[in-house]
Amino acid sequence: MVRYLLGRILAAILVIWLVITLTFFLMHAIPGGPFASDKILLPQVQANINARYHLNDPLFKQYTDYLKNAAHFDFGPTFRYQGRSVNDIIKEGLPRTAAIGSMATILALICGTFLGIIAALRQNKTADYVATFLATIGISVPSFVIATLLQYYVGFKLHLFPPIGWGDPNQLVMPVLALSAYPVAQITRLTRTSMLDVLHQDYIRTAKAKGLPGYIIVFRHALKNAIIPLLTFMGPFFAYILCGNFVIEYIFNIPGIGQYFVTSITNRDYPVIMGTTILVATLMVTFNLLVDIAYTLVDPRIKLTDQKGV
Amino acid sequence: MIRKKKWLVSVLSAALVLGSVVTGCGTSSTQATQGAGKQMKVSFDPGAEPKTLDPQMSDGVPEAIMEMNLFEGLTRLDKNNNPQLAIAKSIDVSADGLTYTIKLKDTKFSNGDPLTADDFKASWLHALDPAAASNYAYQLYYFKNAKEYNAGKATADQVGIEVKDPHTLVLTLAAPTPYFKSLLAFQTYYPVDQKNVKANKNWNTEAKTFVSNGPFMMKSWTHSDTMTLVKNPNYWDAADVKLSELDFNLVEDHKAAATAFDAGQLDGLYDPTPEDIVRYKKSGTLKQAPQLGTYFYRFNTTKAPLNDPRVREALSICLNRQDLITNVFKGGQTPAYAYVPGGIPDAAPGKDFRTVGGNFITEDIAKAKQLLAAAGYPDGKNFPTLTLLYNTNGTHQLPAQAIQDFWHKNLGINVKLLGQEWQVYLQTMQNLQYDVARAGWNGDYIDPMTFMDMFTTGNGENQTGWSNAQYDKDIQTAKNTADQAVRMKAMHDAENILMKENPIMPIYFYVQNYVMKDNIKGVLVNPMGDFDFKTAYLQ
Amino acid sequence: MSLPLDSFTPLQRTQKTDAINRPSTTLWQDARRRFKKNPLAMGGLIVLILICLFGFVGPFFSHFNYYSNDLSHTLNPPSWVHPFGTDELGRDILTRAMYGTQISLAIGFGSVLINLTIGIIYGGISGYVGGRIDNLMQRFIDIIFSVPDMLYVILLMVLLGSGLRNIFIVLGIEYWVTMARIVRGQILTMREQEFVLAARTLGASTPRILFKHLLPNTVGQIIVVSALQIPAAIFMEAFLSFIGLGVQPPLVSLGYMAAEGRGNIPGYAFALIFPAALIAILMLAFNFIGDGLRDAFDPKMRK
Repeated sequence: MVRYLLGRILAAILVIWLVITLTFFLMHAIPGGPFASDKILLPQVQANINARYHLNDPLFKQYTDYLKNAAHFDFGPTFRYQGRSVNDIIKEGLPRTAAIGSMATILALICGTFLGIIAALRQNKTADYVATFLATIGISVPSFVIATLLQYYVGFKLHLFPPIGWGDPNQLVMPVLALSAYPVAQITRLTRTSMLDVLHQDYIRTAKAKGLPGYIIVFRHALKNAIIPLLTFMGPFFAYILCGNFVIEYIFNIPGIGQYFVTSITNRDYPVIMGTTILVATLMVTFNLLVDIAYTLVDPRIKLTDQKGV
Repeated sequence: MIRKKKWLVSVLSAALVLGSVVTGCGTSSTQATQGAGKQMKVSFDPGAEPKTLDPQMSDGVPEAIMEMNLFEGLTRLDKNNNPQLAIAKSIDVSADGLTYTIKLKDTKFSNGDPLTADDFKASWLHALDPAAASNYAYQLYYFKNAKEYNAGKATADQVGIEVKDPHTLVLTLAAPTPYFKSLLAFQTYYPVDQKNVKANKNWNTEAKTFVSNGPFMMKSWTHSDTMTLVKNPNYWDAADVKLSELDFNLVEDHKAAATAFDAGQLDGLYDPTPEDIVRYKKSGTLKQAPQLGTYFYRFNTTKAPLNDPRVREALSICLNRQDLITNVFKGGQTPAYAYVPGGIPDAAPGKDFRTVGGNFITEDIAKAKQLLAAAGYPDGKNFPTLTLLYNTNGTHQLPAQAIQDFWHKNLGINVKLLGQEWQVYLQTMQNLQYDVARAGWNGDYIDPMTFMDMFTTGNGENQTGWSNAQYDKDIQTAKNTADQAVRMKAMHDAENILMKENPIMPIYFYVQNYVMKDNIKGVLVNPMGDFDFKTAYLQ
Repeated sequence: MSLPLDSFTPLQRTQKTDAINRPSTTLWQDARRRFKKNPLAMGGLIVLILICLFGFVGPFFSHFNYYSNDLSHTLNPPSWVHPFGTDELGRDILTRAMYGTQISLAIGFGSVLINLTIGIIYGGISGYVGGRIDNLMQRFIDIIFSVPDMLYVILLMVLLGSGLRNIFIVLGIEYWVTMARIVRGQILTMREQEFVLAARTLGASTPRILFKHLLPNTVGQIIVVSALQIPAAIFMEAFLSFIGLGVQPPLVSLGYMAAEGRGNIPGYAFALIFPAALIAILMLAFNFIGDGLRDAFDPKMRK
């Protein structure tokens, strides 16, 4: 177990290093610099800006310097917001994004498993089709459409919640709803499939034969095992919560970290591009590892070994 | 097994608890949006999280709006855009227009620190410091040796800024500058508390270290969300400031901001989307203010077929600008039949540069066809496909499609659109890798020169490859004299040349479109697009 | 007693030793039968066919095209001439939606085709060759999986510039990983399955195993994944349109129309809702078809 964990952590560090490298060189290949402006600067001033942010150094030196600083968790200053550092931006934005994200996750888990169980228990009956249909809507409508419609009709027309902003619990409702639409759909579908799988298993048949009541079969025997495949979904899902949050944060004007995933690229804010990429990659690698560990805890058939392969 | 069950139970129960919190929020929500108090409080969307609020370093409109309410320069523009004495008690100009002797009022910063002439000098030198590398340093190039210092060719003490005593500044200019008093009102000229700068290097990134000298001071700032300004008790003219609080909601999405305004969450915003402009106009909510800016297309004059002035003129005069404005831009802009926008005083008192200069472009499709035929492309035959470059941020792609269709229908010319991201677009334009490119220019100060000197030969902002010796000469003449009659004449001549040669095709003059709740009065909107809430009040 | 070795001679291979001589329901017949019995999937298929007709045949019946402006009729409400009204440049929204459907479908199918090609080759090699090379190739896939894909889609789009061709390229090279994983996984598990072992003991040659036994059984999974990746690509394009990296106007996609329509909800919400509904219907159709295919091809469901 310890050996396995060490191996995985080493592999994770390797992956993050590769992600850093890939992003770094890709980012510098993009045309247009961070300090481009329609007002033309004196060549000397331009040179000073480049010197201040070490943009004159050879690319490889910039790269090694970055690695050195990143190893000390110093991700540098942002180019766009003068005087602020990438660390500041992450420190301020991440908790807010995480708050909205975790609420959306919980909402999605509740609604998703509920719909999924109903669909599975009533397979190929009306309830199944209704549940599947409802769930699929979540992955059928682009999030910017959902968010815009919510903002306009619920926020303005019905006057239920403030259309934009952060800080008040009211302001969380619409972003959380909009953000959870997609995971609700995914979780419903996953739960339905794995519930169906489980319901066909022999031990469920045995339980039924014993004459156990339906809800006990569902909750004590079936759901517990059916929920395992959901774990696989959780790793990529957290990345979705972080990156996919862009649309929601942009439209509802939430000062989270999600919006930086897009704006840092359009602003060519190199340190923020790097910082956010590393953040997501690290979280993803960590969650994948946690998910694998969680697997062994919930499913005794799975053992952690350092064997490779599927 | 038991342990596992507990895991499941705890997850589910936690989910339920949080779920009920979420739904609980839903039921108690309605009262939050109401409740406007008796206090005079206004909320406004300046357009974005500021890149920096160091007045010497900032260059955008959102930043200018925030700084205008936080700071004050030696002068401040009144509602007719004339500079009035603000921090300055008196300004004496020498006969040759080169030396300004300025006495300061006895004023304080928001933290109580006294504001002295040294604060001005140090702030200005900070903008010019080559190491600081400010984008807007050129706003201070009027001082003697300022450009040289910024370029690293002179030292700081050679710059024509002298502190005679704590309340007297003596400024020496490089050339006579008739509009210098209004320049003194702009953000690059605001004073910054040097004591505070020394104590807090990043003073302008957080509310608790932010010190300013204007009508308002910063109380709190949640980045990318809201900034709360309150009345500054240390402001010299605090008696005239009516608002107790000014909230800036830092919303970038114009659509979301408009919905927030409709829902009463915001009291005002500017530059709504064309669709919202139409809607607000219908409901009578839309307000407009003149703005100093021209929307135009650049032609790449170094490449056939656009190196032929006849082709450029044909493309320009075949448009129907009013039609485009009414149906596509929709902002009530003024069609531009010349380059320099209205709203700039000419030499003779009471005259406007634009009215004196008149119109240059007469729209005429038949003549455009003749010109094109004369250039060797009858009915657009053999005319190569043009690439029309525009930037994808903003609302430029609909007009580009309309103009594409205009040229195709009327002249038989095929146009391919090329939308690029802002940063890439700038680069493409600077490297002259386009045929036709969308552009816009907003004046930095109220004088034709802010529009004219960019089209001189080799100027970095020219970006058309166009060059004309007589134009360069006229601009130089205007720059070397303080005699307004001579200056304006030279600039009229230059504009005449520009509009004959058509390296650019003006389309419209900007108008500042904004909405503001009707009970808010006394907000000044200057032609640079800034909103001054100093004298604002609620009715 | 001992026999001399040379008394054994290999038997000449005269017939396909593993041939089944009894008629059987093939995987395909079986899948088709089960797919037809799934009302959601069949409904999805019918809707998809209708949308394809709308997108590809519809323009022949329209008097308008997607690019010509008519500035005297901008933002018209629905009428007999323009059943869904006109847009900001006076273009018929219905006609534009037809072309938009075309482009969105093309993006879906086109990028999945690229995914498929890369994925099958990569996954096939990885799964079939196995060993050290497989291991290496899998580590590479792991890395790509740990990279937030949206970030790379945006980075690559910015690098290459917006436009239809680049959307194909970026979506194509970004999402082949899932396909490669599926193909490899399938081939790996298949290789160990009894029926392959049976075929091998019966003396079938390697190519025969690969083409007659392994690939056909993989195709089902590949089709399922493709059917689910097509809507994902259409979705991604809509997102790219929202952030201004979509198709180059006057070309139009459903995502682009929705993103543009967003500006006008108070005035004419239909400009957003109509293309968004088309996207949603397409998504639903593809998802139901994909689910139906998965159920149909899943041997476990064969009961």
